[in-house]
Amino acid sequence: MTTKTIKVDYLARVEGEGALDLHIEGGTVKTANLRIFEPPRFYEAFLQGRSHIELPDIVARICGICPVAYQMSSVQAVENAFGVKVEGQLRALRRLLYCGEWIESHALHVVMLHAPDFLGYPDAIRMAEKHGDVVRKGLALKKTGNAILRILGGREIHPVNVKPGGFYKVPTKAELVPLAEELKQAFDLAVDLVRWVATFDFPDLERDYEFVAMRHPDEYPITEGRLVSNRDIDIDIADFESEFEERHVAHSTALHALVKRRGAYLVGPMARYALNYDRLPGSIRGLAREAGLGPVCSNPFRSIVVRALETAFACEEGLRLIAAYEQPESPAVPLEPRARTGFGCSEAPRGICWHRYDFEEDGTIRTARIVPPTSQNQPSIEEDVAAVAAPIASEPDDVIRHLCEQSIRNYDPCISCSAHFLKLSVHRT
Amino acid sequence: MTARPKLAVWKFASCDGCQLSLLDCEDELLAVAGAVEIANFPEASSAIVEGPYDLSLVEGSITTPHDAERILAVRKQSKFLVTIGACATAGGIQALRNFADVKDFVAAVYASPQYIDTLATSTPISAHIPVDYELHGCPINKAQLVEVISAFLAGRKPAVPAHSVCIECKQRGSVCVMVQGTPCLGPVTHAGCGAICPAYRRGCYGCYGPMETPNMPALARGWRELGADGRDIRRALRSFNAWAEPFRKESAAHDD
Repeated sequence: MTTKTIKVDYLARVEGEGALDLHIEGGTVKTANLRIFEPPRFYEAFLQGRSHIELPDIVARICGICPVAYQMSSVQAVENAFGVKVEGQLRALRRLLYCGEWIESHALHVVMLHAPDFLGYPDAIRMAEKHGDVVRKGLALKKTGNAILRILGGREIHPVNVKPGGFYKVPTKAELVPLAEELKQAFDLAVDLVRWVATFDFPDLERDYEFVAMRHPDEYPITEGRLVSNRDIDIDIADFESEFEERHVAHSTALHALVKRRGAYLVGPMARYALNYDRLPGSIRGLAREAGLGPVCSNPFRSIVVRALETAFACEEGLRLIAAYEQPESPAVPLEPRARTGFGCSEAPRGICWHRYDFEEDGTIRTARIVPPTSQNQPSIEEDVAAVAAPIASEPDDVIRHLCEQSIRNYDPCISCSAHFLKLSVHRT
Repeated sequence: MTARPKLAVWKFASCDGCQLSLLDCEDELLAVAGAVEIANFPEASSAIVEGPYDLSLVEGSITTPHDAERILAVRKQSKFLVTIGACATAGGIQALRNFADVKDFVAAVYASPQYIDTLATSTPISAHIPVDYELHGCPINKAQLVEVISAFLAGRKPAVPAHSVCIECKQRGSVCVMVQGTPCLGPVTHAGCGAICPAYRRGCYGCYGPMETPNMPALARGWRELGADGRDIRRALRSFNAWAEPFRKESAAHDD
């Protein structure tokens, strides 16, 4: 019996440091381990003793790609603990800021990091030699997302304007008008992007995922909702810990999250889409049909289409929010700290980002727990890789390596977040 | 045709935000890619060209025994090495472990501490190897990054001012928040962000780290006059550039 090991020692086009070890025994895939060796930074430890006011600035630094997700989940947790609800235009501005992050992050992944896989290029720069127009349009789309972050947040990476209760300063209606113009063009670019990625050749793979996403009574979920799955989960975000657990495994500095009763689950665009198809506007559902997507997509390679679709949605949603915007009288609602526990959860571009904090009487953080999307997707990524490698286990290492790497990139994994990524090793025996 | 200079981007303990700044140069990215050969940039490309490299951009701080070795190898392969961001130039927010016992930190986050191989400290790149240029910021300013790369290509010194955020506030026409009663780290903080926070009606929180020769005691006095106590000052100075010497020293002076 031949045993072999295939290794990818440093995964490219992912955010952070990781690797993959694949053990193949007698032509059968025995294990697929996603090794995350991103150095731990111990956020939950050094948050102890810090003020609730500093929280959104600090947790933003968990991830340079999706700082707004961490800011939003954290301020929600503060407000939840102190018994305050941020509503009306302040809530709308938060949703708009988050749309900016979805557009920026999704456009980066779809065009710059993921599309090269389907067209056989090592990166978007080389892809631009033949597909310059697509790359330039992708960059323009990304730039529009960043423009939202800059105007509402002060800057693209680690925005400074978010605080518990609302914002430090809110924009005038006039300040948002140029954004609306940009978003109209960005929507057209995103529609073209959906049509373009829909033409790619997708490997055949249908997986039976447990999708987990937020669900809101009348919105496609971004900033709030209940936690639901396509099996039987339908819980308040405060009950996350009773349904989900995190395990510390030796091969990863990111914890593995599992549904306690069942195991691996999937968060992110495919989960949001499958669980909230009926919450998408008619225009986006029409675009999905045109791109060949039904109400559920279970082929992880097609996640690129769903991601492009969500980009178009975020542009349309941004436009709607700007059209309905009226400058609120106060940039934030006042908060009175109290000794309580608060929960926050929002839909980061890569999936749910769950936070829990215990506060002391004066708003000082006593304990913190943060569950980022990529750590939740790790077990699912490993199952995908095993499923993808199984039918081609006797093929040459390079063939296996390429498809496994691509399977990991399907998730747009953010390893900096999850360890707070990737080398591939194939072990054959 | 002469060969284009080879660019490498390296990551240590960080959030990826500073190298993302390069991909955030939406208008300049393809021009930069034309002027240099992107030889080693794993976040953006799976094509890795072997060293040596003419220009290395290093993001992140040193927090593991493995990374302490790896940075030596990066230096050996790099002709000109620039650290980008607060992690690489000052140790980053993860340097808060330097003020505590790292064993407690590991235990607070991980169920099986024996799986975690980490150093007791998070230190800047310059604590391990000679660095040719340091670009400040959490995150860095992408226009300054383009300036650093352009200056390197032209063989000149980058035009990156070393004064305080206060000057940028004046240039922007913002009203001083400190005179309105809001504590601000602007007077001691390195310029580069464009004085964003005061323009958004909040005090600077020092994410670009200390300017050259800051007057820290004067700043602390100013904060106390506005009602801040020792804990407020300590918290403010112990964030993304906590291990930078002026911030570290002044924060220790306000220990209870």
